[in-house]
Amino acid sequence: MSKIEINNIYKIFGNEPQSVLPMVQDGATKEEVLEKTGHTVGLDNVSIKIEEGETFVCMGLSGSGKSTLIRHINRLIDPTSGDIQVDGLNVMNCNPKELIDFRRHSISMVFQRFGLFPHKTVMQNVGYGLEVQGIKKDEINIRAMEKIEAVGLTGFEHQYPSQLSGGMQQRVGLARALATDADIMLMDEAFSALDPLIRSDMQKQLMDLQAKLKKTIVFITHDLDESLKLGDHIAILNAGKLVQVGTPVEIIMNPADDYVKAFVKDVNRTKVIKAKVIMTPSNQFKDKDKSNNRIKINEEQFLEEFLSKIVCSDTTVEVVDKKGDIKGYITNKELETSLIKS
Amino acid sequence: MKKNKKLYVNLGLLSFFIWLLIFSYNSSKRKPEHVSELLNDFSWLRQWPKWLDLPLMKYINIVFKKLNETYGWIFEAINNFLLWQLMTLKNFLILAPWPIVVLGVAAIAYFASGKKVGTTVFVGFCTFFIGFLHPVFWSKAIETTSIMLISIFLCITFGIPVGILMSRSERIRDKILPVLDLMQTIPAFVYLIPGIMLFGLGAVPAIIATFIYAVPPLVRLTDLGIRLVDKEVTEAADAFGADQKQKLFGVQLPLALPNIMQGINQATMMALAMVVIASMIGTRGLGDEVLLGLQQLNVGRAAEAGIAIVLLAIVLDRITQSYGERLQARNMPIKKEKK
Ligand SMILES: Nc1ncnc2c1ncn2[C@@H]1O[C@H](COP(=O)(O)OP(=O)(O)O)[C@@H](O)[C@H]1O
Ligand SMILES: [Mg+2]
Repeated sequence: MSKIEINNIYKIFGNEPQSVLPMVQDGATKEEVLEKTGHTVGLDNVSIKIEEGETFVCMGLSGSGKSTLIRHINRLIDPTSGDIQVDGLNVMNCNPKELIDFRRHSISMVFQRFGLFPHKTVMQNVGYGLEVQGIKKDEINIRAMEKIEAVGLTGFEHQYPSQLSGGMQQRVGLARALATDADIMLMDEAFSALDPLIRSDMQKQLMDLQAKLKKTIVFITHDLDESLKLGDHIAILNAGKLVQVGTPVEIIMNPADDYVKAFVKDVNRTKVIKAKVIMTPSNQFKDKDKSNNRIKINEEQFLEEFLSKIVCSDTTVEVVDKKGDIKGYITNKELETSLIKS
Repeated sequence: MKKNKKLYVNLGLLSFFIWLLIFSYNSSKRKPEHVSELLNDFSWLRQWPKWLDLPLMKYINIVFKKLNETYGWIFEAINNFLLWQLMTLKNFLILAPWPIVVLGVAAIAYFASGKKVGTTVFVGFCTFFIGFLHPVFWSKAIETTSIMLISIFLCITFGIPVGILMSRSERIRDKILPVLDLMQTIPAFVYLIPGIMLFGLGAVPAIIATFIYAVPPLVRLTDLGIRLVDKEVTEAADAFGADQKQKLFGVQLPLALPNIMQGINQATMMALAMVVIASMIGTRGLGDEVLLGLQQLNVGRAAEAGIAIVLLAIVLDRITQSYGERLQARNMPIKKEKK
């Protein structure tokens, strides 16, 4: 059982979504539906499984349905058809009270434009999730302060959001999402509104926090580099349809269609591909003894880190695991295929 | 199908119109002996005939009489309640020494504006000048203000909940908007008529009419203010599991407050205009000073009273406006910081 399971979700926006549903199920495209019925297809038969403790990234162009998808997980949006299971709980069967309970304790969210309460201080913002649970004020303050420290905003707790910079505001958003200690964190383009430098700071901070907290994170972005950096798995959406799900390497090495290809075209592969991905396993490697120029590389290292040592020389790389056993070899030949392919 | 529906509606309206004509003709006392006369003698085309007269007056009188007979006690109760409130407020303000009232108004301005000294002094002087213009104006202004405050109190207790309802449901909004439009298009003094019918002359019909006249902007701005709250912010409240009540009182209303204050400000200004008009039905206050001045051909007196009304308007406007500005500034301090 996966942590989050989304099964055959359809979402159609408009006045009579149910009447349009059969048409979408029969395979009409988003444009056709819009032209014929005036309804917008938000999601078209999307099924996804997200495992406990992973960072699952959803990627796609603007309007591809990413926000719609993530809002189904905590039911800010109800699907036209399909069901959603979180931790074995069928979210679609929840009554209003159960839904509120679920949102209070099991899931939290970070928003693109931060979604902070402008009339509340940083402390009150961070403590909001606890406040609605009816926890006592003293305890809220203690727990909120903990998270404010965790995101590095100590000293700003009595400021109002609009007195902070964008990056700091999103730290408040992050702290607010962490404060309820929910297992699942939804992040809708959480870093898209930030400047590039602050953005990579935030990415790093998220990765550090995640290394400690091991939450299940659903992260949305339209930026491939970000998704490669953060994602254990990546799902790619196009016009409401799921086009590919896979690990970053799978996506880069085997893009499913032209849409995905366009995404991965400009990516710097050397930053994504690890030695173990492109090596020829030792049992298949023919000319083991030919060259004399050899270096050892750990299998988890990225191409970028050892590229300069082998390119344009006939060095052979021995790829070793943690224990030092040789798992495979990389020569110019392997490099060529991995960097030039498609 | 839609076309057909429209046709039926129009046919229905047409037959209703014809029925009205026949009904009016039959109930008229001045109709000719026999209908055939109309076809022989066409003089009725030249002048509006006496028999072409909708007997609306008669029926409205009947309805009001019935209303007064059966539900009189309700109106009586409303009347007594409002009158009691009004008297309490008025007596309190009139019995208090005037310097204390002036200082009190200035103090309210001080806190409402977020301790701005300029506004405070200005409001204080305006208040002082009302009495300074003519000693009689002091108690008259208090009378006007009391009626207004009671009306505004009614506006807030009814207008804000209605605005909240409207912001929640398209359907309710679609029903209420035309009513608000109607309330704002009808000339203000028309509201005095049902008031007088039900409550007689005096302050209570003035309060009712003022309430009807002043409440639409407050309802509209409450609705608008709530709907203008950033969608991501309300989504955040939902996402963290706020229930309806927590969301409304913790997020939506506080963030809509600048707009609601704007509504209260507008309602106050309209209420003042209405209270002045209400002097026509014998409500005492600054309005009846203007009326007296004009009746006595004493332009000076009428003008003095007019200035007093303007001063009162400025005082009320400054207090409500500066409070709204302060709320706005709190929600968006960025603009304020970058001086
Ligand atoms: N409330 C809504 N009403 C109508 N159409 C909507 C609504 N929300 C989203 N859509 C449509 O659904 C599609 C997906 O939107 P969204 O999920 O916001 O995309 P993304 O987050 O990937 O940019 C878009 O075509 C958008 O216009
Ligand atoms: Mg989006």
